[in-house]
Amino acid sequence: MESFEPVIVAFCCHYCAYTAADMAGSQRLPYPSNVKIVRVPCSGKVDALHILKAFEKGADGVYVAGCLEGDCHFKNGNDKAARRVDYVKRYLEEIGIESERLMMVRMSAGMGARFAQVATEMTEKIRRLGPSPIKAAAA
Amino acid sequence: MKTDSYLEKVLAAGHLAVTSECGPPRGATAASVQDKAKYLDGVVDAVNITDNQTAMVRMSSFAGSVLVRQQGMHPLLQMVTRDRNRLAMQADILGAYALGINTMLCLSGDHTKFGDHPMAMNVHDIDSIQLIQMVKTMRDEGKFQGGAEIKGAPKMFIGAAANPFADPFELRVMRLAKKIAAGADFIQTQCIFNIEKFERWMEGVRKMGLHKKCYILAGVTPMKSVGAARYMKNRVPGMDVPTELVERMGSVEKEKQPEEGIAICVETIERLKQVEGVAGFHIMAIDWEEKVEEIVKKAGLYPRPQVQ
Amino acid sequence: MITAERKPLEEIIDYVKPFKRILLLGCNECVTVCAAGGRKEVGLLASGLQMAMLKAGSSIEIREHTLERQCDPEYVEELVPMIDGADAILSMACGCGVQQLAMRFKDKPVFPAVNTKFMGGSQRQGVWDERCQGCGDCLLGITGGICPIARCAKQLMNGPCGGSCDGKCEIGEDVECAWHLIWERLKALGLQDRYLEIMPAKDWRPAGGAGPRKIIREDLAE
Ligand code: SF4
Repeated sequence: MESFEPVIVAFCCHYCAYTAADMAGSQRLPYPSNVKIVRVPCSGKVDALHILKAFEKGADGVYVAGCLEGDCHFKNGNDKAARRVDYVKRYLEEIGIESERLMMVRMSAGMGARFAQVATEMTEKIRRLGPSPIKAAAA
Repeated sequence: MKTDSYLEKVLAAGHLAVTSECGPPRGATAASVQDKAKYLDGVVDAVNITDNQTAMVRMSSFAGSVLVRQQGMHPLLQMVTRDRNRLAMQADILGAYALGINTMLCLSGDHTKFGDHPMAMNVHDIDSIQLIQMVKTMRDEGKFQGGAEIKGAPKMFIGAAANPFADPFELRVMRLAKKIAAGADFIQTQCIFNIEKFERWMEGVRKMGLHKKCYILAGVTPMKSVGAARYMKNRVPGMDVPTELVERMGSVEKEKQPEEGIAICVETIERLKQVEGVAGFHIMAIDWEEKVEEIVKKAGLYPRPQVQ
Repeated sequence: MITAERKPLEEIIDYVKPFKRILLLGCNECVTVCAAGGRKEVGLLASGLQMAMLKAGSSIEIREHTLERQCDPEYVEELVPMIDGADAILSMACGCGVQQLAMRFKDKPVFPAVNTKFMGGSQRQGVWDERCQGCGDCLLGITGGICPIARCAKQLMNGPCGGSCDGKCEIGEDVECAWHLIWERLKALGLQDRYLEIMPAKDWRPAGGAGPRKIIREDLAE
């Protein structure tokens, strides 16, 4: 278990979190390589099915990173994403997956440090939770 | 006279009628109806026997009415459309009449959501106005709702409820008109605390001449405590308790509150006596039947007239 | 449209547990519109079921498919080539679809994955309200276009009852009083007098009181 390295999928909005990740890179702010970034045109584009499939295919944690409140490039995609994340959290509990493995976060394009911090914290949290029960069951 | 109802006789003779109510027990003990009713003997002209009030299962109104009738008093059978379809209701009306019950009140009933069987189906095969119509057809045409002839028609004196305080206010007089057109002979109103609003409603009633077409008994309730006043104000759908009254109840010590509640009730009756078109009073002293006599006496409604 | 909601996963799992190969069927009609049993919900349920079963130490094979209309025999016929590969069918259509499948595939267990709720309309995105009970004798023409059968908690035909408060029904603040709405409509249409007409007791036969209902269109029926 000590060597457990979680797989984390981060759905990152092109207009904020994805750019923030870039910035973290160019500022040489380290963040764990556990986080696999999936660029999306807007966090609102992330469907419940994407999140679920990520877990089914072996993710230990998933987060959706969208723009700050009121800053969505497409009006309110970020708020929709947040509601969808809540909905999937409830479904995860039904399935038997701890809902803490899924999270909605918000940031702006300039927040490279916040991106790195979120990635680190999420990795730590999932590391504490251990492997996803789905992955454990499949093994 | 349309019926042999004692209440009808009192009203027809021009007296201010007084009715009260008795909620049957949540159990099969006859004595609890009889004991409650005893408090009302000689004090009121008819006793409403509630029908699964607030959608809680109780001894049936029918059985309660029979018990009260056996005590030589005049029961007023309440019937809600929530729990039975038209077959069951007509059957009960025939049975009740056969056992000497000739006065009834037609209601739709509180929603089951409020009671102890919220999982039950609400029947509502017909509504309260259609129930009034049905009872009238049974009486005046000797026909069942389905059209067939009744052998030995029940002659019920037909009552209905009216709530002057529910919304939309502008509809409340028209709704009364509808109940009267359907066949209501008398009306018992929701408890009146907001006298001004009631007077406004009565103005509308008189404008349409409805007080001449049926007897309107004004509903009153003595409040037991400031807590009860607040509960009625905030929690009971369709109740209108003015803030001043709640404050007045709260302004006296706890032990004095029942007395204050009775005083308010008596004052209310006194004021309502002045309202043209009020033909009597319906005193709803829920689980406080022993106080009805005091109220009736203090309000100058005692002794009750004897009519034949 | 007919609205529905997915059943709790636990109940669905209880149904399918004894089987190895499940044919999970969505429907492209009403349940797609109300986001309960369309292609996407089929995907979500399949994924959730897979994971839940895996977690419980068992496995299940799920084949996903969504029909144009499950309540129509023509479309159900499409399933014939798939049916042998399944031990049981799990349907996300309304009860009509589930029954159509049960009738067509007499020796296959068929289970509902949704609770069929009511005939309703969309109030806004993600919110559906009951609007019609299919009473078989539409009253909307005389009640200002608002149905007291489907929308009054007591199905009053001559309302409102004494519990109507500020436009809300006595059963709860989140329910509009149908009779308040009817009255407002009648006023807006200048038809206040109509309120005074007593609506007679309803004949419930067309509403189902006479047993299961049927429509036969002579011009269409073969
Ligand atoms: S408050 Fe209105 S909708 Fe509710 S039961 Fe009464 S009449 Fe019907």
